[in-house]
Amino acid sequence: MAQRTTEIIVGLFILAGGAALLFLALQVSGLTFKPAGDTYTVDAYFNDAGGLGPRGRVSMAGVQVGQIREVTLDQETFQARVVMDISAAIDSIPADSSAIIRTSGLLGEQYIDISPGADMQSLADGDTFYETQSALNIERMISNFASGQGGD
Amino acid sequence: MASALMNRIARVGRRGLDTLASLGRAGFFLWRSLVGAPNPSVGGPLLIQQIYRIGVLSLAIVIVSGLFIGMVLALQGYTILTDFGSESAIGQMIALTLLRELGPVVTALLFAGRAGSALTAEIGLMKATEQLSSMEMMGVDPLRRVMAPRLWAGFISMPLLALIFSVVGIWGGMLVGVEWLGVFEGSYWGNMQASVAFADDVVNGVIKSLVFGVACTWIAVYQGYDCVPTSAGISAATTRTVVFSSLTVLGLDFVLTAVMFGSF
Amino acid sequence: MTDSSYILLDDVVFTRGSRRIFDGVSLAVPRGRITAIMGPSGTGKTTLLKLIGGQLRPDSGSIRVKGHDVPSLKRRDLYRLREDIGMLFQSGALFTDLSVFENVAFPLRVHTRLPDDMIRDIVLMKLEAVGLRGARNLMPAELSGGMTRRVALARSIALDPELILYDEPFAGQDPIAMGVLVKLIRELNAIMGLTSVLVSHDVPESLSIADYACIVSDGKVIGEGTPEALRNHASPKVQQFLHGNPDGPVPFHYPAPDARADWGGTVEGGAGRG
Repeated sequence: MAQRTTEIIVGLFILAGGAALLFLALQVSGLTFKPAGDTYTVDAYFNDAGGLGPRGRVSMAGVQVGQIREVTLDQETFQARVVMDISAAIDSIPADSSAIIRTSGLLGEQYIDISPGADMQSLADGDTFYETQSALNIERMISNFASGQGGD
Repeated sequence: MASALMNRIARVGRRGLDTLASLGRAGFFLWRSLVGAPNPSVGGPLLIQQIYRIGVLSLAIVIVSGLFIGMVLALQGYTILTDFGSESAIGQMIALTLLRELGPVVTALLFAGRAGSALTAEIGLMKATEQLSSMEMMGVDPLRRVMAPRLWAGFISMPLLALIFSVVGIWGGMLVGVEWLGVFEGSYWGNMQASVAFADDVVNGVIKSLVFGVACTWIAVYQGYDCVPTSAGISAATTRTVVFSSLTVLGLDFVLTAVMFGSF
Repeated sequence: MTDSSYILLDDVVFTRGSRRIFDGVSLAVPRGRITAIMGPSGTGKTTLLKLIGGQLRPDSGSIRVKGHDVPSLKRRDLYRLREDIGMLFQSGALFTDLSVFENVAFPLRVHTRLPDDMIRDIVLMKLEAVGLRGARNLMPAELSGGMTRRVALARSIALDPELILYDEPFAGQDPIAMGVLVKLIRELNAIMGLTSVLVSHDVPESLSIADYACIVSDGKVIGEGTPEALRNHASPKVQQFLHGNPDGPVPFHYPAPDARADWGGTVEGGAGRG
């Protein structure tokens, strides 16, 4: 085969590999939302962080607005401290909003849903959620329910 | 009795030493092939030719396999996930499986069978027909002229092939999952995007395939170079290439997975 | 003698595994002549060429080519020396993925920076010398055995070497191809002023073109001199080799245990069957 044809085909092959990488970046891992871009950090304290973990979704009304950076234990209050990065574009979350841990589907992964409050002031970098609602623990719910029934 | 035992121990020791020695030779071989400034005006066309033969000619088998594996993953995943009512997670399952494991591993296995065995046989035959020897006598180092372009071509081709494999697989999964089984297309991609992290999953997959590419090509080229230059020797070397490459890939995969995704 | 020798081997010892292939071989190859090294198959004649070319290292002894001590040369110097050496391999060793033209052009492209049209002229000249200018576009797989060797010869003279090593140039050739090769080797040597070393077990052809010949057997040189002197050599081993007698100092039988040990039992068995 002529050297030139080979060169063109090899060039196309390498381009195809590059296109595949681009596809994986944009379409598969949704790299358009880049928290490493402009974000600000807010904290929330939960009595039970459930199955939250780094890279978990933070959303408002079902739209992703940020992601969880880390989940640690506060050694004084023994609460879970969840640090999350919120996109800088979302800069008007009312300061009295609450963070709620929800589950997508019955057995899906858990994420943080921000339920907006009514305050005129907005959350800023380093702020903490005033109100939180911990993970719904199905096991505990069932046992509460069962013991409640037994008490009747 | 005692001497028979000693003989057996000595044999084990000798085999160990032989293995070490051949590993050392293979390392020295790689070093001498790759080190030193290549001449771009000569090396460029040679490299392109080899990428064509090693990479481009492996595309067909990689694309077809990727398509089918993606489709099978979608079918299997669907039947399992519907039990939990979470068949919308099918995209996430397919993407993670392909990017982290199947993409790099299956591509490497196909690569060893398709390109690796061909490399070994080609180089072995060049050795048997004295082409390598005659090159040496013409004052041309066959390691630099014959081996180096093939090694680099393998290193470059393998990650590209693995990327293409994953993309085709994800697309094949979509064909079955979305078009056929009726999973909502938005949740196919949405779930995928929510759970796949570029830095963790895609990049680690690429690193894996890079490592596998180095291992497979190195084994293939060295087995050809080191083979006994007879028809039986070449066929044995070709078999060794496929067996060693496959085992190395699977072993390395475990190690890499433990390091990359293991939680410790 | 020393001044006019191009290659000088002194007391070369070489072993492969446990087998001693050369046990003190000394040899002087005169400049500008054809020297034939002959010997029975398996005496390591090809190994001798590889030692001269620096592809193998002797256990002891010195090998000097053009005054350079080959085994102690650094890689770079060895490769530079090899540019002055052409070698014709027994199989031809053409690069199977290159055409005849590209095969001959290969050493020129690697070692010179000549422009393409000049390379083309040289390659066609070399191919013309071996009578294969018309075969330039063929691939090695399309050539006959004799043509393969002629192309290989054209390739080994592409850089106008001072020395050519021929490894079994006549082996397995039909009489016509053999005649062509004999003529080519003789002409090339005369025209280009080459030094040629020829390794072969084809006695009549080798002696017909050699100026000087030596016979190697059992790791030693058992006879050397001009073809004339060799024909009248006193050693029975030399005579057996030159005349091809099946039995003599080189025994017909590979060393074997006593015949009775092998067949003593079967005779009785055979009798029982009968």
